Amino acid sequence: MADEEKKFSRRDFLKTSGVAAGGIVGGAMFGGVVGSLYTSDQETDTADQETDTESSLTHGAPLDDARTYFSRREDFETLAAATEVIYPEDDNGPGAIELGVPYFIDRQCNEFWGRNAREYMMGPYDYTASSTHGYQAKITRAEMLLNGVRRLREVSQEDHDDEFYDLDEDTQIGILEDFEAGDVEVPGAAGGDFFSLLRTMTIQGVYADPVYGGNRDYGGWRMIQFPGPRMGWINEIESEEFQEIEPEGLRTYQGGGM
Amino acid sequence: MAEELDRVDVVVVGTGWAGGVVSAELAKAGKDVVALEKGEEKVRSDYIGVKDELRFDNRYDIMQNLRGDTVTSRNEVDETALPIRSPQTMQIGIDTGGASVHWAGATYRYWPYEFEMRSQTIDRYGEDKIPEDMNLQDWGITYEEMEPYYEQWEYMAGIAGEQDPLAPERNQPWPNPPMMETPSLRLFKEAASNLGLHPYQLAAGNMTENYENPDGEVLNTCMYCSYCTRHGCDFDAKSDPIATVIKTANRHDNFELRHKANVRRVLYDEDENMATGVLYVDENTGLEYEQPADVVVLAAFAFANNRLLMLSGIGEQYDPETREGTLGRNFNGQYNHAFHGATGYFEDEQFNLYMGAGALGATLSDYAADNFDHSDLDFLGGGAIELRQYGFAAITSSNNVPGDTPNWGREYKDASLHYAYRTLTIWYTSNAMSYWHNYVDLDPNYTDEYGDPLLRVTYKFGDNERNIAEFGIERCTEIMEEMGADTVESGSVPDEFNHVYSGGHYTGGVVMGDDPETSVVNSYLQMWDVDNLFVVGGSAFPQHGGHHPTPTIGALAYRAAEGIQMYMDEEEGQLVQAKNRRNIT
Ligand SMILES: Cc1cc2nc3c(=O)[nH]c(=O)nc-3n(C[C@H](O)[C@H](O)[C@H](O)COP(=O)(O)OP(=O)(O)OC[C@H]3O[C@@H](n4cnc5c(N)ncnc54)[C@H](O)[C@@H]3O)c2cc1C
Ligand code: SF4
Repeated sequence: MADEEKKFSRRDFLKTSGVAAGGIVGGAMFGGVVGSLYTSDQETDTADQETDTESSLTHGAPLDDARTYFSRREDFETLAAATEVIYPEDDNGPGAIELGVPYFIDRQCNEFWGRNAREYMMGPYDYTASSTHGYQAKITRAEMLLNGVRRLREVSQEDHDDEFYDLDEDTQIGILEDFEAGDVEVPGAAGGDFFSLLRTMTIQGVYADPVYGGNRDYGGWRMIQFPGPRMGWINEIESEEFQEIEPEGLRTYQGGGM
Repeated sequence: MAEELDRVDVVVVGTGWAGGVVSAELAKAGKDVVALEKGEEKVRSDYIGVKDELRFDNRYDIMQNLRGDTVTSRNEVDETALPIRSPQTMQIGIDTGGASVHWAGATYRYWPYEFEMRSQTIDRYGEDKIPEDMNLQDWGITYEEMEPYYEQWEYMAGIAGEQDPLAPERNQPWPNPPMMETPSLRLFKEAASNLGLHPYQLAAGNMTENYENPDGEVLNTCMYCSYCTRHGCDFDAKSDPIATVIKTANRHDNFELRHKANVRRVLYDEDENMATGVLYVDENTGLEYEQPADVVVLAAFAFANNRLLMLSGIGEQYDPETREGTLGRNFNGQYNHAFHGATGYFEDEQFNLYMGAGALGATLSDYAADNFDHSDLDFLGGGAIELRQYGFAAITSSNNVPGDTPNWGREYKDASLHYAYRTLTIWYTSNAMSYWHNYVDLDPNYTDEYGDPLLRVTYKFGDNERNIAEFGIERCTEIMEEMGADTVESGSVPDEFNHVYSGGHYTGGVVMGDDPETSVVNSYLQMWDVDNLFVVGGSAFPQHGGHHPTPTIGALAYRAAEGIQMYMDEEEGQLVQAKNRRNIT
């Protein structure tokens, strides 16, 4: 059966990639912050990760993570570290990396949104012509993210002699603030636009339906107390009490299957 | 070479409320009708099981893909306009039912004053009250004349509401009882009542009971699922053209709907002053067709209605320098600036704000139209103050942080998780006026995928817009304070229009009136000078009323449908005697 096959191949991948086997290969392959999704707190977290992956298997929605847009590992590490600064892990719960946000963004870069497939992309272009006309860049969102990430790396090397993802959080915050203020030039992007895109896509990765690859295990929704889509709330909507309800996603709403 | 198709009685461009109503009425009357829709075919099952915030609220899946065409925009008449490139800032309806499928359903009639805004303003306050740069105009129709058409649209659409205590008494009650009251709406109503205002439940295109409309179409009870505005409804519970007028039209063999039919020109016989049909491209094949028709109806939303006339060389383009010409003149819009008000953050109360429906809300009319004395005020008109409970999913709700909070990092995360469902916003949906310097024409620099010029909007705020926004912000702040929010933030009056075209309330350019010197169509939306061409939609609004536009668009569509039948069956020629008939050569 097709379902069985999918389950099998997913398990197979986990075995060979080493993620399920303790994050050793994962750590080596991905290194740095992204690997820390699997390696932080070593055994316990890895065990959690494994059960989570299992539950999403029985859930019927296998999801492999790998870079399909960001080719250079260091670029992706930088992206991941930046998302974690924007949405850090704290007492409330997981941060961007644990929620899968870097991979969400990588996927979005390959999607119509990242490729600007639904935008008017005819010239003449002048991204400096106006600050009130919305998107005016010639480059796509995916290109803007890549250009911006490369600049993050350059600035980190120039000013701190290190990769962005190896800097401490305060230093990272300082660098991102400069990008936010538009003080650092990003090729093809007007001041601040790269950061604002990165910020928006990070938040979207935290809170979009898990089907897009972020909001892992509904972690974003659980923190913000959003239960996801339902048929309706006609029976609850008049209630004086806030209704805290265990999240369910689009897959459950559609009835799964296939 | 375009292939010429068989002649039909009527060709209708667009399938939203405007085109849908006209199609249904003429199909019912036995006319051979072809409706042409630029977008894809959409049916109910396209909207079943797709409750997905990212896809619809952040990726605008239901809006027009701008790859082929968009609109350019500028503030000043001597600036170079830039194209609005992303659906983040340009949201245009597309596919079966157009924007009328993803509308929220907030339903208002315009006020008697608003239809005769110029003459009644002069009567009450004198002509000096009207600023010199403002093209304030009467609509060429009164509220009393509009009433039956409003009623027809509301009954077709099954609107759920209660009598506004300040509005003219309705002839018939709303067809459905009002929506449920939630704690946040109750809080708004109590606060407003304490302040001596007259709140009531917003009338809604969301069904409160199972409902059969006069055409026999059945709508179901709304589930308050919250995936409503910018989404299509799963349950046939939001009134839209797919569930109503398009379904009705489709019951008739003499009606045909062609999708992916992108109309590029109205075919026009200059000697006869008659439209002879339309030229369109089949977007599946790229092939061109001419569809000849006795009557041509443009119902393609304000942008395309204007642009198709301009591209076809019909009408006299308005020129701000000479102030001559009528086409494109009085372009206006209820831009988002009109929706500024006050936001309240509640420390101890958490509301079920992820539950809701497009038009679930409370509103009041104390500051609408001329319901309050304007003698000492520095603006004309007014609007509703609303609290809505759309139902906000996680991405949207994560923006709810008080103004001094950073919007990323540790502090942001903590605050946004706290305030996500403790934040309420009320706003003032005010009138938007027309001025000599605001208009639409064809852009000299940017073209669509076929090489035709894009529509260019030239729009800046007048004093009225800024002053009315300031007034609204003050009133909203008073109410929010009375509601007991721990932190109240007043909106700020925007400096200038920021080229954000979200919300779909853009109107004018092909305005109605009783004088061909200042209008393009008469009160049946029949074009002066081109008897068999009707231009239906918000493009006819001489200025924007102080409420959401759609019921007035729907009512005018019923009026136009009646006019088209009169024109076809009884009296060829103009249906209305022009006030200042000009000589056409
Ligand atoms: C998010 C949102 C929420 C809204 N909520 C409300 C609300 O609560 N209350 C309210 O009163 N209003 C609301 N509106 C406004 C409302 O959607 C519009 O006023 C209404 O839909 C306009 O109807 P229409 O028939 O004129 O245009 P549309 O419904 O947009 O229909 C126009 C149709 O013409 C087609 N078309 C365009 N060009 C061509 C061409 N060249 N050839 C062939 N076909 C063409 C389009 O594809 C489209 O299907 C909202 C709008 C938006 C965007
Ligand atoms: S809120 Fe009601 S009308 Fe809107 S989409 Fe949900 S069920 Fe349909």
